[in-house]
Amino acid sequence: MAISVEIHRKLNRFMLDVSFRSTSRRIGILGASGCGKSMTLKCIAGIETPDAGRIAVEDRVLFDSDSRTDLKPQKRNAGYLFQNYALFPTMTVEKNIGAGLKGKRIAKEKRVKEMVRKFRLEGLEKQLPGQLSGGQQQRVALARIMAYEPDVILLDEPFSALDMFLKDQLQREMVNMLEDYEGTVIMVSHDRDEIYRFSEELLIMDQGKIVAAGPTKEVFRNPENKTAARLTGCKNFSRIRKLGEETVEAVDWNLVLHVERTVPEDAEYMGYRAHDFIPVWGERGENMLKFDPVSSASLPFEQNYYIRSGEKDDADEVICWFVQRDELQQLKEKGKPDYLKIEEEKILFLRR
Amino acid sequence: MKEMLEILEKLDWSPLFISLKTGVAATVISFFLGIYAARKVVKASPGKKAVIDGILTLPMVLPPTVAGFFLLLLFSRRRLLGEFLFDQFGFKVVQTWVGCVIAATVIAFPLMYRNARAAMEQIDVNLVYAGRTLGMSDIEIFWKVVIPTAGPGIASGTILTFARALGEYGATSMLAGNIPGKTGTISQKIAMVIQDGDYLTAGIWVVIVMIIAFVIISLMNLISGKKMKNVGRW
Repeated sequence: MAISVEIHRKLNRFMLDVSFRSTSRRIGILGASGCGKSMTLKCIAGIETPDAGRIAVEDRVLFDSDSRTDLKPQKRNAGYLFQNYALFPTMTVEKNIGAGLKGKRIAKEKRVKEMVRKFRLEGLEKQLPGQLSGGQQQRVALARIMAYEPDVILLDEPFSALDMFLKDQLQREMVNMLEDYEGTVIMVSHDRDEIYRFSEELLIMDQGKIVAAGPTKEVFRNPENKTAARLTGCKNFSRIRKLGEETVEAVDWNLVLHVERTVPEDAEYMGYRAHDFIPVWGERGENMLKFDPVSSASLPFEQNYYIRSGEKDDADEVICWFVQRDELQQLKEKGKPDYLKIEEEKILFLRR
Repeated sequence: MKEMLEILEKLDWSPLFISLKTGVAATVISFFLGIYAARKVVKASPGKKAVIDGILTLPMVLPPTVAGFFLLLLFSRRRLLGEFLFDQFGFKVVQTWVGCVIAATVIAFPLMYRNARAAMEQIDVNLVYAGRTLGMSDIEIFWKVVIPTAGPGIASGTILTFARALGEYGATSMLAGNIPGKTGTISQKIAMVIQDGDYLTAGIWVVIVMIIAFVIISLMNLISGKKMKNVGRW
């Protein structure tokens, strides 16, 4: 199943200009809230109309401003899972699942039964959505979408309203339920863990534009620009100045770094993930940062240190070091480290 | 007491039936028109919304006699519309039961419209979107999703509309008059017998009206309460 999307639409604060083509079955769109990712999904579903562009699934054109094609949402065969699930509050579970089905009553009833079984909703058929738990509601919403066999399923921040415990459980359920679905699923989220877990292919959006795209793991490994890196969770950035083929100065950190690869010509920043520092006790070696914490925060399974960046006193900017459990043990035994080592292969060289 | 029984025995029950008939007819008409108008207004642009809403709500704010005045202007057989209706269809509004219904409908309609509109505006727009992406037609979504979800608001609008239509006096007396057995509603009957100083008959009608009103409102509350018990709302 191939999906190709090109959307141009004026939004309040910026233009939405999105263009991608994918044959992947699981596409994730990551972006901060208000970046236009939900609008993109709504345009695909036909709930909103782009000013210009073209949307097609396989050979089926859903929208094309050139040929003035604009299929109604009813004809697009795209299932949309809303953040609040949008179950019809006065309809029972059965009725909700069967709401969009066409054809003979017996065939419809059979299809609903099938969905009830598949989504483990037996015994809840006569209940109203208000009587169900969050997890059950999500299953009903998915069953309702799957009942009419859509070509594309669009998931709009499906887990963002849930508490942590439920989130994990529902994410697992969702992956299982969608496992044998042959069509394309596009999930939109601001939660990088969610997206990483779910998608094969990733698009990162900022201010209505796609700033990075590719296979999910690849994009996380090498986000290529600062915005994308930030959205994949990279916390520490510094401007850089090339001193030699394999030497750069991290300007904001007042530090010269040696790397074993050629620094890309167009790189203006370096990024370094907060989990990637190695604590060092004793002598200062190459690529090391003085450990001079400004403040720290304790989390249940993690300790966060915020370190003065460079020797500038007025710096608001701090470098984050997130220490996880096993390292935390080391810290307890040896005390605070003297330096933090930056592993050269983990440095991200980024465009603006 | 004996006197009262005597009056009850001789009582002309026609005002009761005329009032009930008028109330039901006006409520049914207002129900559909009110929901239709509410739907249009909810979808309209803000500017249009303000104007249309103002016009539709006017009968509720104005004294019923003002509405009666306009209705007379409109339907009098000496005027264009009234003349046309009578010449073409032999249809008379003034001094007829149809006049009762029209007067009651005009006065009670804003209650239906406003309640339906408020209820519809509360509805999560995603429900409509969800219906569309599931292949439901807009009409199907409206009757199967929007109306039931707006149920409590629409039910209370219907109750208020019926109550108002049942008791309509001012516009009715102007448009339909008080013809016993034809357009003589309970409210008009009460006013008439009071003028004659017959407080006992007036009292009997007052009690009857109170019983009707109480029974209907209790019934409808019961029905809507039962139906909406398990519906989650946001």
